[in-house]
Amino acid sequence: MEAEAQSPGARAAHWPFFLLLTVFLAAVFLMPSTAPLFHWLFPDLLRPVYTRASFFELTVAHCELVFASTAVAAFIGIGTALYVTRQSGKEFLPLVSALAAIGQTFPPVAVLALAIPLLGYGAAPTLVALVLYSTLPILEATIAGLYAVPGSARDAALGLGFSPAGLLWRIELPLAAPFIFAGLRNATIINIGTATIGSSVGALSLGSPILEGLSASNPAYVIEGAIVVSLLAVVVDRAFETLEQALN
Amino acid sequence: MLLVLGIAGGLTLVFGGFLDMSPNRLASGIALTAFSLSPTACAAIAAPLAAFILLAFVSNEKARSIATLLAAALLLYACLATAGLLAKHLASPDKPALRLSLGSAFWIPLACALFAFLDAMQRLQFGLVARVGFFALLCLPFAFMAYVGFFDALSLAKEFENHQAVFVQALVDHVLLVVLSLAIALLVAIPIIFAVRQKSGLQNLVYASLGVIQAVPSIALFGLLIAPLSALVLHVPALAQFGIGGTGRTPAIIALVLYALLPLVRNGVTGLDAVSPDVRDAAKGLGFTAGERALKVDLPLALPALLSGMRVVTVQAIGLAAVAALIGAGGLGTFVFQGIGQYALNLVLVGAIPIILLALGTDLGFQLLLSVARGQA
Repeated sequence: MEAEAQSPGARAAHWPFFLLLTVFLAAVFLMPSTAPLFHWLFPDLLRPVYTRASFFELTVAHCELVFASTAVAAFIGIGTALYVTRQSGKEFLPLVSALAAIGQTFPPVAVLALAIPLLGYGAAPTLVALVLYSTLPILEATIAGLYAVPGSARDAALGLGFSPAGLLWRIELPLAAPFIFAGLRNATIINIGTATIGSSVGALSLGSPILEGLSASNPAYVIEGAIVVSLLAVVVDRAFETLEQALN
Repeated sequence: MLLVLGIAGGLTLVFGGFLDMSPNRLASGIALTAFSLSPTACAAIAAPLAAFILLAFVSNEKARSIATLLAAALLLYACLATAGLLAKHLASPDKPALRLSLGSAFWIPLACALFAFLDAMQRLQFGLVARVGFFALLCLPFAFMAYVGFFDALSLAKEFENHQAVFVQALVDHVLLVVLSLAIALLVAIPIIFAVRQKSGLQNLVYASLGVIQAVPSIALFGLLIAPLSALVLHVPALAQFGIGGTGRTPAIIALVLYALLPLVRNGVTGLDAVSPDVRDAAKGLGFTAGERALKVDLPLALPALLSGMRVVTVQAIGLAAVAALIGAGGLGTFVFQGIGQYALNLVLVGAIPIILLALGTDLGFQLLLSVARGQA
């Protein structure tokens, strides 16, 4: 892998990302002009293109949900991981790591469903479910990353007279960064998927055309929503991959 | 630790609603606190919570953990018993539509009890078997109480009873969906694993293309499969005789298989790569044929890696199968989305709780299998 990163082929590996990004933006903005295409595919449909909200609005709403929840989840997840790996929070480490492992076996749909009795319908339960669920992979990855810091690096820093805060900022966090980054990527992708299902509880997202299409037997809506949200997920995943390679 | 649990549980007990009472299934209810319903019941729940707070100051870790297990068991059953008894007390035959749902003052102390169990077991370093055994023992009285109808007055139980016949079918459908797609995924994954190991150039291509699928949201993948499958069935009507359709199980199974491939292939390849060439040479020297080597040497040695891939895939598939209810594939997700649509939150729970238990149980089962496989390898 490392040898490859140096080769000219690696630079060419970036082009799919920009290509994908272009395709994604085209899908978002040019969807209204695809009416003839969908009309040709499904001649029986009166409304071949979803118009209740523009795909740009839907994408923005979707990204807002994902960004807000992942940011909060990162704050809680990384914060908790730092706390339980310090001397003062060691008490909570066994429970927190057990919860992070068990919690991730909970299906995201179930977490979403359980948030409704507490918060009602709309964006609120979706947001809370996204935060709750995506905190766990970030938390687990951060704990794993901090544990992977070699003891020798820690000892050397302490020997050089680093304060605990300096040790954390300048040694532990940079060394754990690849793990944390992988956790963030995982969390973001899960959130893009769960935000799509969030439209079943009334949140506006790219899932709205899909679910409306399913309940109103309009396959065109389903395809339009599915294409845009899939491209969004793949573009974001590729962006993380590109960033990851740049960081290493 | 225990201090936090005790205080959190105590606060919700005082301020949160224990039961929500509503005149019928759809109206929103009023929250009743445990104290307003029955001070004795409230005390029964408060006592183990107080014990948590006191136990936090015991310094002997072993004694404290054992006492915590006991207090948590008391808390669990205090909550359950109170819920059953109070609901029975409030329900009356002349108001059959009356609905009693469990509120935060039930769920939060219950969660505190489970957290306390987990923490204490972690500290006592219970093994996997001990954990499973302990939880099974703990659930026995609950199963008995549910069987004799102790919880019947709660609307969760009513909702369950109303859907009992469909429930069994949904559960079977759900499990079938998962098992079938896992079986197909394994059949597809094995040739891919061998192909990838034969030609190392293939690896990046296979991983990259399967990785793209992993990123696609489940409902989008289901949706994208519907139209091409419908068109296919329209043009080849014979397919419909085999139960293949544009919506329903067919797209669900295809999507589940697609999601399962990457973890299975990746773990299979890693597992086989880890088998040392010396072992293979030794087997060759002993006169094993290629087929024997694959079955008797490679498979057992790569089994733990393959099993942990299957663990991830199966648990994930249980959750994805729930989403598949949206495209008419049946399963427990049907209750969840029906409940969401009808604003019948107890119906949501009838679907969501078994899905979670199924996922947790499957995860535990695979953990047990893995520890057996590792012990033999």
